[in-house]
Amino acid sequence: MNAGQARQGPAIEIFGLVKRFQAEGAPAIDGISTAIAPGTITGLVGPDGAGKTTLLRSLAGLLQPTEGTLRILGLDPFVQGDALRERLGYMPQKFGLYEDLTVLENLTLYADLRNVTGEARRLAFDRMLAFTDLAPFTGRHAGKLSGGMKQKLGLACSLLGTPEVLLLDEPGVGVDPISRRELWRMVRELAQGGMTVVWSTAYLDEAELCDDVRLMSHGKVLASGAPATLMGQMAGRCLHVTGILAHRREVLKRALRAPEVMDGVIQGANVRLVLREAGRWPELAPWEAGAGAALVEVAPRLEDAFISLLGGGPGGDSALAEMTPTVELDPHVDPHAVIEARQLTKRFGEFAATDDVSFRVSKGEVFGLLGPNGAGKSTTFKMECGLLKPTSGQALVMGIDLKSSPSEARQRLGYMAQKFSLYSQLTVRKNLAFFSGVYGLEGDRQRVKMDEMIVAFALAPYLDTLAADLPLGFKQRLALACAMMHEPQLIFLDEPTSGVDPVTRREFWAHINGLAQKGVTVMVTTHFMDEAEYCDRIGLVYRGRLIALGTPDELKQSVATAERPDPTMEDAFIGLIEEANQ
Amino acid sequence: MLNRLLRLILKEFQVALGDKRARLMLIMPVVLQTLVFPFAATLEVKNATLAIYNQDAGQASVELIQRLSRTAAFSTLLMVRDDHALQQAIDGQEALLALRFPADFSCRLSSGAQASVQVLLDGRRSNSGQIAAGYVSSVLQAYAVERGARPASTLSVRNLHNPNLDFKWHVLPSLVAIITTIGCLMVTALSVAREREEGTFDQLLVSPLTPAYIMAGKAVPGVVIAVAQGCFIALAAVWGYGVPFTGSVPLLLTGMVFYGLALAGVGLFISSISENQQQAFLGVFTFMAPAVMLSGYVAPIENMPRFFQWVAFCNPLAYFIPILKGAFLKHYGFADGWALLWPMLAIALVTLTAALRLFRRHIA
Repeated sequence: MNAGQARQGPAIEIFGLVKRFQAEGAPAIDGISTAIAPGTITGLVGPDGAGKTTLLRSLAGLLQPTEGTLRILGLDPFVQGDALRERLGYMPQKFGLYEDLTVLENLTLYADLRNVTGEARRLAFDRMLAFTDLAPFTGRHAGKLSGGMKQKLGLACSLLGTPEVLLLDEPGVGVDPISRRELWRMVRELAQGGMTVVWSTAYLDEAELCDDVRLMSHGKVLASGAPATLMGQMAGRCLHVTGILAHRREVLKRALRAPEVMDGVIQGANVRLVLREAGRWPELAPWEAGAGAALVEVAPRLEDAFISLLGGGPGGDSALAEMTPTVELDPHVDPHAVIEARQLTKRFGEFAATDDVSFRVSKGEVFGLLGPNGAGKSTTFKMECGLLKPTSGQALVMGIDLKSSPSEARQRLGYMAQKFSLYSQLTVRKNLAFFSGVYGLEGDRQRVKMDEMIVAFALAPYLDTLAADLPLGFKQRLALACAMMHEPQLIFLDEPTSGVDPVTRREFWAHINGLAQKGVTVMVTTHFMDEAEYCDRIGLVYRGRLIALGTPDELKQSVATAERPDPTMEDAFIGLIEEANQ
Repeated sequence: MLNRLLRLILKEFQVALGDKRARLMLIMPVVLQTLVFPFAATLEVKNATLAIYNQDAGQASVELIQRLSRTAAFSTLLMVRDDHALQQAIDGQEALLALRFPADFSCRLSSGAQASVQVLLDGRRSNSGQIAAGYVSSVLQAYAVERGARPASTLSVRNLHNPNLDFKWHVLPSLVAIITTIGCLMVTALSVAREREEGTFDQLLVSPLTPAYIMAGKAVPGVVIAVAQGCFIALAAVWGYGVPFTGSVPLLLTGMVFYGLALAGVGLFISSISENQQQAFLGVFTFMAPAVMLSGYVAPIENMPRFFQWVAFCNPLAYFIPILKGAFLKHYGFADGWALLWPMLAIALVTLTAALRLFRRHIA
């Protein structure tokens, strides 16, 4: 029996915690008081910049609080760090694995650091390797492991010495749904063994699995409680518009204009709405969804509760889409093959990163590429936008091979990279001027376009701010503005919403929906399963091959069984990959 | 497309000069090196210690010792009493040079016979030791001539182009080359690597700009910054340090541009094989160290083994330093410089073409 379990009361207590990094401006943590019960998994949930990492680092004793006190197992982590060290496990976002050491060497190193020796070490290693399924890979260099395996090894290393409290900083980031499920299984087992786990995440669907959550935004805890309780408050406020015959994007846009509706997203063939008040349903008829359309109440999600706490969604109208002209393709371009992959193959030596992938994307379609990390999704995406040359096969954009006459075709495509690639040392205004200039906008046309973008994305207060200093949501807006200045006919989006808060993501998708309605063809990669629902069609890439291609509903239906008649997108993702593995 | 190229170039300057830290990175090394190099990197022997074991009690040796102590080369005399101490002075590096006057030195001189002085040099410091020995022997010779000795022949030395052998005249023109090398490689190699890290490079590659434009957008700012830094040091050399400028200014500027182009090619070549700034940084140093060694700045190329002479043949720095020295000290005009200019242009063509090819391959 160890001391932690003998203690009564919460495992972690936080009183009035404030952490400032700069004397001026908003603090990273702005007055948090909460308590975390032992033997539970508690989710710290919120977008990047909400203060999750700062809170975890303070709990790990790595930061000194500006104000307030912290107690872990009754000890102050900053002052009594030495006493706490053996009882606390911390896995930072990028766990410090030594990439040039093997799995076993990494484990040995951390066992040495944690003073786990002799028989105890042998037992711990056996347990960890069985637990993580890493036993067949002990001789492999950590740098050569997949993202999910790295996270599992990191978790194993931070579990050496069997801590009583485990702090995990976004272990699910960059990890595909399958590895994420495995991580969850592992952590769940630990919690059942009495360990207190704090798990930070930006994924709200992931947070639903926690025993307890703290919804965070701008350094504050907006709500605490069990996910079921928080979701319960939304009961009767969540609806599906089913049986839509008209365009679902148009229906969503109209629905979001209704005063009763607080938020809405596309979910496969349906539109999902959240109401401001339970029982006050909107009028369906003005949305012209079709004769068979109906409103059906559905179960709430944690994301609904979060959006509600943040004051509702941003609405469905896109100023960007309104000023974008309707796309008129050149007559020789096949409207059913604006983007096309023909037996696309890329080999790196013996390894085929993309293997015989073919698909066609029509004008105005939103096409999503999904797949686990390292499955070949990015390679396929990069070949399609001309950043990588195929080994064989063709990547065509409007019928043009990007390799043969690149400049002309590139003038018509927009590209928005992961992590919003902007010139961080330049101001917002200079970024806009640069990207419009590179696409050949000059003089009055450039000035007008820049002004339009500044209005459409509300960039005016930040014009002279360096891109590096922008809040994340504004970085994303600026990146989209830069990608759209030359009015491209098709746009490539590489994980365009990673890390941003759900409201900003809604806003982003309102733009994308609007653009698609104007005939802009969109190709997108994403890790968010709910975002995949926005796509008209999805291509699922696994081990370099396209293992499934269809509408979100088709994919979901393909894994439906008697005991699971209504599978989620994540179920479909995992089911299809497991099928491919057999 | 020209406007787009200008945009690229403008952006590069905005990034390089936009914030304070970036500006300091470009300006501080230039200022520091201009202040430090001319004083620190000198081969002149000044203020050295001379150890003397005088076994002679006569007047001639005393006279000579006084003369030696008055030279700028030797500020300290270390008088020792026996051979062992003399050896110690060299072993312990207390003295650069040791002299021993034999007991019959003055006696033999006054009787008209030949007298000799033993000189002990520290072989570990061979270069400065030999220079110091040269000073000693000229003092001895002058004394002998004064006393009516007739030397077999006299060596009349005039140092052309640098009559007083002022070492700064040698260092500062070469410094122009070394500083511009750092500046230009920083802008080209490191900035591409940084764009690659930040993802903006992909953003450029999907734009209508072709690789050649993207490269030109990096090369031009590199050359401009190299020329600006070069001019700064050239002006400092002339106005601050009084180094004469005897040759043609257009030759100097053309040399700077050609050298900048050759370097931009090298920098872009390095950038296209490095994935991040760290690798690019290592690449820059892998190039810089041998380029400076094989440039003729440290040691004459003619003295090197044949293989290294061939390597030096492809080294743009080996042409730029002679151009600089020619323009500063040797009255060079275009006619004299042409033989050095075109090889740099040829190297620039080769490196830029190679960089462009690698650039294209890298995105393939």
